[in-house]
Amino acid sequence: MSTVVEETHHDTHHDHKPSGIGRWLFTTNHKDIGSMYLWLSFTMFLVGGAMAMVIRAELFQPGLQLVEPQFFNQMTTVHGLVMIFGAVMPAFTGLANWMIPMMIGAPDMALPRMNNWSFWILPFAFMILLGSLFMEGGGPAFGWTAYAPLSTTYSSDSTALFVFSVHIMGISSIMSAINVIVTIMNMRAPGMNYMKMPLFVWTWFITAFLLIAVMPVLAGAVTMLLTDKYFGTSFFDAAGGGDPVMYQHIFWFFGHPEVYIMILPSFGIISAIIPAFARKRLFGYSSMVYATAAIALLSFLVWAHHMFTTGMPVFAELFFMYCTMLIAVPTGVKIFNWVATMWRGSMTFETPMLFALAFVILFTIGGFSGLMLAITPADFQYHDTYFVVAHFHYVLVTGAIFSIMAAAYYWLPKWTGHMYDSTLAKTHFWTSLISVNVLFFPMHFAGLAGMPRRIPDYATQFADINQIASIGGFAFGLSQLIFLWVAIKCVKGGEKAAAKPWEGAEGLEWTVPSPAPYHTFEKPPKVE
Amino acid sequence: MKMKPLWALLALTSLPAVAQSRLNMTQGVTEVSNQVYDLHMIIFYICCVIGAIVFGLMFISIIRHRKSKNPKPANFHENVKVEIAWTIVPLLILAGMAVPATTTLIAMEDTADADVTVQITGSQWKWHYKYFENDVEYFSRLATQQEQINNQFEKGENYLLEVDRPLVIPTDRKVRFLVTSDDVIHSWWVPDFAVKKDANPGFINETWTRVDEPGIYRGQCAELCGKDHGFMPVVVIAKEPAEYEKWITEKEEEQRKAREREQELLAMEMSEDELMDLGEKIYNSTCSACHQANGQGVDGTFPALAGSGVAVDPEAKDKHIDTVVNGVTGTAMQAFGSQLSMRELAAVITYERNAWGNDTGDLIQAADINEVMNQ
Amino acid sequence: MSEQRPDNSILVKRLLLTVAGMFAFGFALVPLYDVFCEVTGFNGRTSNEAAVYQQVEVDESRTVTVQFLTRNAKGIPWKFEPSIKQVKIHPGEVKVVNFLAGNPTSSNMIAQAIPSVAPAEASLYLNKVECFCFNQQPLAAGAETEMPMQFYLDPDIPDHITTFTLSYTLYDMTANTSAEAIAQLLKTE
Repeated sequence: MSTVVEETHHDTHHDHKPSGIGRWLFTTNHKDIGSMYLWLSFTMFLVGGAMAMVIRAELFQPGLQLVEPQFFNQMTTVHGLVMIFGAVMPAFTGLANWMIPMMIGAPDMALPRMNNWSFWILPFAFMILLGSLFMEGGGPAFGWTAYAPLSTTYSSDSTALFVFSVHIMGISSIMSAINVIVTIMNMRAPGMNYMKMPLFVWTWFITAFLLIAVMPVLAGAVTMLLTDKYFGTSFFDAAGGGDPVMYQHIFWFFGHPEVYIMILPSFGIISAIIPAFARKRLFGYSSMVYATAAIALLSFLVWAHHMFTTGMPVFAELFFMYCTMLIAVPTGVKIFNWVATMWRGSMTFETPMLFALAFVILFTIGGFSGLMLAITPADFQYHDTYFVVAHFHYVLVTGAIFSIMAAAYYWLPKWTGHMYDSTLAKTHFWTSLISVNVLFFPMHFAGLAGMPRRIPDYATQFADINQIASIGGFAFGLSQLIFLWVAIKCVKGGEKAAAKPWEGAEGLEWTVPSPAPYHTFEKPPKVE
Repeated sequence: MKMKPLWALLALTSLPAVAQSRLNMTQGVTEVSNQVYDLHMIIFYICCVIGAIVFGLMFISIIRHRKSKNPKPANFHENVKVEIAWTIVPLLILAGMAVPATTTLIAMEDTADADVTVQITGSQWKWHYKYFENDVEYFSRLATQQEQINNQFEKGENYLLEVDRPLVIPTDRKVRFLVTSDDVIHSWWVPDFAVKKDANPGFINETWTRVDEPGIYRGQCAELCGKDHGFMPVVVIAKEPAEYEKWITEKEEEQRKAREREQELLAMEMSEDELMDLGEKIYNSTCSACHQANGQGVDGTFPALAGSGVAVDPEAKDKHIDTVVNGVTGTAMQAFGSQLSMRELAAVITYERNAWGNDTGDLIQAADINEVMNQ
Repeated sequence: MSEQRPDNSILVKRLLLTVAGMFAFGFALVPLYDVFCEVTGFNGRTSNEAAVYQQVEVDESRTVTVQFLTRNAKGIPWKFEPSIKQVKIHPGEVKVVNFLAGNPTSSNMIAQAIPSVAPAEASLYLNKVECFCFNQQPLAAGAETEMPMQFYLDPDIPDHITTFTLSYTLYDMTANTSAEAIAQLLKTE
């Protein structure tokens, strides 16, 4: 790995920051922008979580008790959009902003002013999306996937707001991705070769290429929805010679790489944390890089596994089944490499490690249900049921979200200069771990037993499972308030953190003081 | 400990209430559904074995390689042979899985040589069935009472999984389904047949089944289609071929007679009471989903009928009939002329013109409907 | 405050070009999809152009059953049905099937029939010489009409296709067309 020969201290006494609201509005500092992304993400996580609470409250018992079916559909739709575009993606972008420059020994991101724009258009986008819920006719109610013609001819005008907000979020992501690529390619410190970069940098590098490739396609797809609805085009309208299934092809061409965009940075985080707390080098560094690249490339070839029931010919179904199954190979390699890193290490179980280990086990469970879904004939029974809901919540919540929490605990000392309250943190971990499984594991059974997704009411044989899941949901939601408490408490104070609070941690970020000075690596470090 | 998911599963399966609800996929009643079930179980077991190995190793490591037990970490960070092995072995396992998956899929997609063909059309929010070989067609709507959904009555045994007119098919015969939609994408799913096919507007999809056992089989719409996506179930009754023949012949006769009777009823008048009674029934089962039981509609989406619009305008009788019979193009207001009988149409329009204080005093008869329909 | 700033502009320009390219690619998927479906027949759509019947060898050794379905898309009250539910036809043979349409309302209307074939594969071998689905069809208030559909099957239609279904969904296009235009079309009939 990399070691620092020359230390740069001379900018710590220049460490003055601007003050007031202007600081945050006009900042081009990667640390400030990273913090803003992280706070936006946490806020959106709670907003999206509140919608999930509405969903689980209505589903607590059979019958309609709390909300009308159409409002329920709005909740499921906006919950999905907010969690994907407001919680997970901005969190990873925040982590990228904070950590990538430090990890490669660069003073900041390559394009600091564009960085500011990338962030500030996001609150605007979410005001539009969340505002649409208050329109006459309600907000978007067609699922985050927005299939036509439900989202065109048979929707309210909130579709237009949905499209605008997605465009803005897309522009933000694309700008961030460009920034990440240029930063990594052009601003690595001398000696920081590609194959010396921490895996978090590698996974974000590859993620950024995925973003550039597919976010524009999403923009195209939702633009076509807009023109079909308002400007007389017939992309997805059979009456005008179009095809509603074509929307699904275009959407999922974006949609599948999108889910890898939401997990590759996780892989990088886990690949930093496990070696640190096992006090042992990451096993198979090069394979990890190649596996990540393989996953990214394969992700372009599997989109129609979301469409097995649309009436595809057998040949196509087989092609997509085989390619989807193939992704299990590089993913498995990564899991095995993490276990091999643990093996004969010297492990301690601080909170980041707890989340990282939970990630490995629970993400793997999500991977297993994914493999089951890949099998086309079986998928006919799983598709659009709670089995799918269970699968993607395992990979996204106990996968992506847990990795984000692991990263937050891992790097909070570096960001704030304080150690977080470890009792509270461990409480957060255990309550989250138990409740998240009570929430999502039963959903596998609901799906297998025949419960479709996106329904506000269900047949009585699904009642017990739903009640258990709802209880888990309420508990999981409450547990996140503990996290909020830990984060705020840590920002405000706590035991002073050393430059490297974790004995086994590696990387340039641990060579600067905690909290990291406002400007770091203004002179590049020498890397062996 | 990281065993939480497994403990949760064990705990779940031992709870008496949960033990009653089915936890696994159905084996179903067709050869295909049984093959699908077997495939599902094989993949599941393979995943369990791999999981047991990986998680087992992790737990051993957590116990044996914690700092207190193993203070000096080992030094290795690569091993080409092992890495090749754990790339090749999963590939082989996957190839093994792919073989039965492929053969099952190819068998499932073979729709040739069907004995019976049924055209299935999804719309918001009901199914329409039309037999190809016989002159029988009808709509199939959710039969569960609104009061059960609103928690005023106790929920019945087949809550949300019952319809007024199920699809009837013969056992032991290959039944081909041609699935399409009138409006948005729906999906026709019967778990016991392992049949799920999307209903795409403007396109037909085909699928098939061959049911081994007579019985009643229940499924649901499996693609978000709007407000009442959760309220448009699928119910199929599979009868022995002889019984099916009897049923379909009877139904053909019934529908033929009903068409004749429609014509006869044109000459018949109904009393105000009869009209309001039948009208209220039809209104609650067909119109209230959008226009609401109290006729208030939904602001911005479904117009109010109580105290407003064509329903209270004494000059707009024909327009009111036209709206209900022919629908309104470009909106969600369907053409009910093909869905309700003339008697029903007359009754529901009379009801709309006199309920909720509308009090126009208009009584619409089947003859009036007939006139507008044949203008 | 770094000594030398790397020149990022080349890379940024390349990446922006890639973004623009992928946006264009998203739209390019539309004609790509159409071409792909036309060549493979994957979505069961038939050609919008009249086929020209060339004298081909009629394969008397086999018959293919062609079934006809019709469906009214929501909101259109027309009568629309095939005059005959199915025909048996030899590959290479030309047949005509009439479809009955009726407009029971009190205003002129115009509609578009959209065809779909199942199994989708069969659409590659279906050739329509004349079809009411090639154009929008106007119908005067209260009028009824017979619309012919003339077709033949390619002689090289695979043996495993013994039956296929041709379905028409009828869409109301009245709202998109002016009353004058419809009246004009009706006059030229």
